[in-house]
Amino acid sequence: MDVEGMNNTNVMCLLTDPEGTQLGAPMYLPQNAGPRQLQEIVNKLLNNEEKFPYSFYISDQELVVQLGSYLEKNKVSVEKVLRIVYQPRAVFRIRPISRCSATIDGHKSVIVTVAFSPDGRQLASGSGDATVRLWDLNTQTPLHTCTGHKSWVLCIAWSPDGKHLVSGSRAGDLLSWDQKTGKASGNPLIRHNNWVTAISWEPVHLKSPCCRFVSSSKDGNAHIWDISLRRCIISLTGHKSSVTCVKWGGDGMIYSSSQDCTIKVWESLEGKLIRELKGHGHWVNSIALSTDYVLRTGAFDHTGKQYSSPEEMKEAALKRYNKIRGNAPERLVSGSDDFTVFLWEPTISKHPKLRLTGHQQLVNHVSFSPDGQWIASASFDRSVRLWNGATGKFVATFRGHVGPVYQTCWSADSRLLLSGSKDSTVKVWDIQKHKLKQDLPGHADEVFAVDWSPDGEKVASGGRDRVLKLWM
Amino acid sequence: MPQGDYIELHRKRNGYRHDHFERKRKKEAREVHKRSAFAQKALGIKGKMFAKKRYAEKALMKKTLAEHEESSNRRKVDDEVHDGAVPAYLLDRETTTRAKVLSNTIKQKRKEKAGKWEVPLPKVRPVAEDEMFRVIRTGKRKSKQWKRMITKVTFVGPSFTRKPPKYERFIRPSGLRFTKAHVTHPELKCTFNLEIIGIKKNPNGPMYTSLGVITKGTIIEVNVSELGLVTPAGKVVWGKYAQVTNNPENDGCINAVLLV
Repeated sequence: MDVEGMNNTNVMCLLTDPEGTQLGAPMYLPQNAGPRQLQEIVNKLLNNEEKFPYSFYISDQELVVQLGSYLEKNKVSVEKVLRIVYQPRAVFRIRPISRCSATIDGHKSVIVTVAFSPDGRQLASGSGDATVRLWDLNTQTPLHTCTGHKSWVLCIAWSPDGKHLVSGSRAGDLLSWDQKTGKASGNPLIRHNNWVTAISWEPVHLKSPCCRFVSSSKDGNAHIWDISLRRCIISLTGHKSSVTCVKWGGDGMIYSSSQDCTIKVWESLEGKLIRELKGHGHWVNSIALSTDYVLRTGAFDHTGKQYSSPEEMKEAALKRYNKIRGNAPERLVSGSDDFTVFLWEPTISKHPKLRLTGHQQLVNHVSFSPDGQWIASASFDRSVRLWNGATGKFVATFRGHVGPVYQTCWSADSRLLLSGSKDSTVKVWDIQKHKLKQDLPGHADEVFAVDWSPDGEKVASGGRDRVLKLWM
Repeated sequence: MPQGDYIELHRKRNGYRHDHFERKRKKEAREVHKRSAFAQKALGIKGKMFAKKRYAEKALMKKTLAEHEESSNRRKVDDEVHDGAVPAYLLDRETTTRAKVLSNTIKQKRKEKAGKWEVPLPKVRPVAEDEMFRVIRTGKRKSKQWKRMITKVTFVGPSFTRKPPKYERFIRPSGLRFTKAHVTHPELKCTFNLEIIGIKKNPNGPMYTSLGVITKGTIIEVNVSELGLVTPAGKVVWGKYAQVTNNPENDGCINAVLLV
């Protein structure tokens, strides 16, 4: 074969962004152009002052080789215009975790939930011994033990400005904690008469400082609370069965999923029901938003910048939110007991955008990658599946766990995925190569909760063996 | 109309006999004395059976009394935090406590090397050779006595093929061959019917181990993959040792305790 002749021929290429908008006119590119050359072209065309990294996709397959060898391998016609989709990648890189840096005892019972604060500097964990513990991340020792609940602490949530911490218990009471002293600030908020399943804060770009959050419960209701007034403002009632998950969206809507097979969309100012999303044939276990990561972290990003005033924080958060959301509407993904995952665009239609099938057991947890490009779904069939976040197409299956996978968690740069399982291991998966990156054994029993700190430094995991493990 | 129904019909038409309730009361009152007389008089198996029945009745009575008492009592609300916490996503699901991790794999390996275990049954009754084997007389005149039949339960692997009968010294009767055992997990306190993989050690001697003879105290290897046990490294455990706790040749089944 005449290799030089091949290299000299050009291919007609068209660069588009993930939403399909064209970048410049179609152009002739030499066949020896690879991702690096394409990256330069995109940076030039977008007039970026700094050079940003991009990855390139041709019909949903990542381009890793030169154009010529791609064409040869996949037998693509040189005559047609080749559509190349560019995806911006995170400008920073998270170091993959590889070892256990600390194993901290303290909890007297099962660790049910762990959560890093939005700036990644604090860590809280909730346990079956009815306490919330705050940990010192610098010395990797226990900092405060917060007692006050009468029953198992099932969920904890940091406000996106990092000022408040709220926990919900098996008995249905909610408590907010003072992080400085580890004491409960005020009396418990009691309205739920069954266990609390999820807590979600109002995004910081809608209101700063944060004062409202929504909590959902087994009793079928969700309540919006005001932390400064210390009372329930609005009750969202309507679900016929236990509410399993609740999320406060970036456009001021609240999404709640329930065991009555529906997802309801509420308006957060007056608590009116806007939409009811029907489609699942069984319990809806978990929902996730494409903007989840930015809603959780608010104004804090990888640079570790601190903000002095709430207004400044709000502005920064809004900027970050708009950047992640782009022009597309917010996407919602839901995992269910009927073994399927649904992709919705609740602002546009009440019908699902796509039904993602493939799991052989119930889907316990779904999550969007921080850039909204991928969806990961953890299932009891011992696998984690990766889907395209925009189109919902199936990408890969991560197999390796020998027990049901309980939770997944993304690294801040969307390049790594973490999963915790009943088989007592935590595993790290490489998104680009679709492979296992790191197997982290160490827990002596089931791993119930995993969390990757938003700054990417550490991973915390807890489970039935009562120890909190920090990985780095 | 069935015989017994006439009495009901008669009662429906004419009512009860004038002294019916009086007679009933007296009969019930005499019943106690009658029973006591029987209890004092009954001997042997009859007495035993009666005592057992009476004991069960009394126990039930006490239990129901206690239950009634409990419902009327007032007690303090317990503030104890319950054990066995699970995350919210598992609260509605049926839980099985089988995921217990076996953290002593290293210990087990070390023991395996030494060939010693701390077992639930440390000492076993030695089984004599003439109890274990029955001599089979062969030959045209039945004068040869080199063949032996094993009179205990055996485990024969799935790949076993018999030798030609002329050379087969030990016969393992197919009626006494077992492939499954009832294995109890001592911590989970539940019993599973598991497949036998092999015989690790028969305390009566290495020959019995190689023959696959299962007597009380024998250590067998069982397939525990369906229990969902995992090692600390997150691999599924599939072979575990268990010790036989009964006399399988007498009971017709193998009961064993898992060694953890």
